[in-house]
Amino acid sequence: MFTNAGTSSFTTFLSRVAPEMLPGRRPLPPGMAADLAPHATTIVAIAAAEGVVLAGDRRATMGNLIAQRDIEKVHPADAYSLVGIAGTAGIGIELMRLFQVELEHYEKIEGAMLSLDGKANRLASMIRGNLGAAMQGLAVVPLFAGFDLAAADPARAGRIFSFDVTGGPYEETGYDAIGSGSLFAKSALKKRYRVGLTVEDATRLAVEALYDAADDDTATGGPDLTRRIYPVVMTATAEGTYRLTDAETATIAEGVVAGRMENPGG
Amino acid sequence: MAMQFYASPEQIMRDRSELARKGIARGRSAVVLSYSGGVLFVAENLSSALHKVSEIYDRIGFAAVGRYNEFENLRRAGVRMADLNGLSYDRRDVTGRALANAFAQTLGAIFTEQSKPFEVEICVAEVGATAADDELYRLTYDGSVNDEPGRMAMGGQAEAITGVLKSNHRPDMSLGEAVQVAVQALSTVGGEGGAARTIAANQLEVAVLDRQRVGRTFRRITGAALTALLDGESAPPTSDRPDTPSVPTGEAGKPTSSAGSADLEDRPGQPDS
Repeated sequence: MFTNAGTSSFTTFLSRVAPEMLPGRRPLPPGMAADLAPHATTIVAIAAAEGVVLAGDRRATMGNLIAQRDIEKVHPADAYSLVGIAGTAGIGIELMRLFQVELEHYEKIEGAMLSLDGKANRLASMIRGNLGAAMQGLAVVPLFAGFDLAAADPARAGRIFSFDVTGGPYEETGYDAIGSGSLFAKSALKKRYRVGLTVEDATRLAVEALYDAADDDTATGGPDLTRRIYPVVMTATAEGTYRLTDAETATIAEGVVAGRMENPGG
Repeated sequence: MAMQFYASPEQIMRDRSELARKGIARGRSAVVLSYSGGVLFVAENLSSALHKVSEIYDRIGFAAVGRYNEFENLRRAGVRMADLNGLSYDRRDVTGRALANAFAQTLGAIFTEQSKPFEVEICVAEVGATAADDELYRLTYDGSVNDEPGRMAMGGQAEAITGVLKSNHRPDMSLGEAVQVAVQALSTVGGEGGAARTIAANQLEVAVLDRQRVGRTFRRITGAALTALLDGESAPPTSDRPDTPSVPTGEAGKPTSSAGSADLEDRPGQPDS
C-alpha cells in the first residue's frame, strides 16, 4: 500500500489506506452534538510589514463552563505558515495535526514546499470534508496566515486566509479574527490597525484585540495574571515561524493590562 | 507443446543477484558516516534535482544508489509509512529500525517473487544523541539488513571506498573533516589507472542530519557552504539550499519549529519555545 506511485498528498493517501483517520469520514449518529465537546474560541491575525502575526486566547468552553484555561490553539503549520483553530476543540486539533503532516509530507515527497495559496486550498478542502459534522454542531473554522516566499512585494508577503464550514479560502486584507469573540476583536482592530505596522507593534495590537474580545465575550479568556497564562502569539516572517516565549508575551500582556488600568476602553 | 527448461532455485537466485549487483556497480557511489555534529551523507550525483539523499523524518535520512525509479519508489514508501506512524502515534515513535525492517521486507519480497529484483542499495540513517547512538542500516537488493558501525559506502567499488573510510574515519570528527574524508574516499576509485580523481563540488550531493537541531534535523549543504567545506575552511555552513525552505537559517535561540513537533522542542538545554 505504501509503494504505489500514488499521490503527493497525505490526505489522499490516508483516504485510500486508512479512511477512518480522516475526521470527515466517520459516521455520526443523527442529532445535534454541539454541546458534546469543548469549544475553542478567539483567534486574531494581523499582517505586518515583515510578515504576519497570529494570536489566540487560551480558553476552551463547554456551555457555561470553562473546559480548559490553557489550551493552545495557534500552531505552526510548517516553517513559514501558522494556523489557528476555533470551534470544536478535538476535531480542530486533529485537523490541524493532519494539516501539518500534509504540508510536511508534500515537501518531503516533492522536494519543494507548496505555495502559500496551495496550502490554503489544501486546508479549505480538509474543512469541507468536515461539513457533515459541522451541520450537526461540530464545526471547525481555522484562520491561516503565512509568509509568502514568492511574493513580489516583500511588504505584502504576510498574508491571511479565512474559511467557513463549507471551505474557502477567502484572502483577508490587513487583519482578521475568528471565533466567538471575533466581533469585538475585529472592531478593535478596525480602529487601531494601520498598514505597514512592524511585527513588534502587531503583536501588541493582537494582544490588545484579544483583551477587547475577552472584555465583552465570556467564552474568550483574557490574560490570566494570577496563573501566568497569557495568549499564544506566533509570527511568520522571512526567517520562519517563531513563537513568542512566555516571558515575551507576559511583558506584552502586562503592558496591555497596565494600560487598561488607566483607560478600561483602551 | 513447448517444453520449459528446468532451472534450479539456486540458479534463479544467482542470476537475479548477478543482475542486481551489475546494475548497482554501474552507478556512482555514496558514503554515509557519523561525525561529532550528526550524520553526513555524501553522494556523487550529476543531477542537482534528482536526489540520491533525502529526508524521511525528523531524525531519519535516506541515501540510495542504483536505479533511480526503484529507489525513489522506496523512498516515497518510507516517507508515507513514517508520516502515517507519526500521525497515528507520536513523532518520537518513528524509528530508523522500523523503517529498515519495512524496506527489508519489501526488497526481500520483490527479490523472491518478481522476475527482476530492484537494482538498488539503500542506507537508512538515524541520528542519535551522541555519535555512538547513531544508527546506520545498509539494505541490499535481496532484503538483507546490516547494522553498520558509524560509516558505510554503497555503489560501484564500495569495498575500496569502505577501506579508505575505515582507515580515516573517526566518530569525533568535525563536519569539515568528515566531508573531506568522504570526498577523498569517493575519489580514490574510478580514476585513470587507479589514480585518485578530483570530484567537483557541483557533482556532489551533501546533506546532514544535524544532532543539535530539534524537530526536523535534515539539511542540505550546497553552493558556497559546500565549497567552503571542501576547501577546508572550518566555518559552519551559513546558507541552505533555497529549494528547501523547511530549514530556515534561524537566529540562535529561535526554535526552527517543525510542524507538530512542539513536544520535542522543550528538551533540557534547548531555548524556551
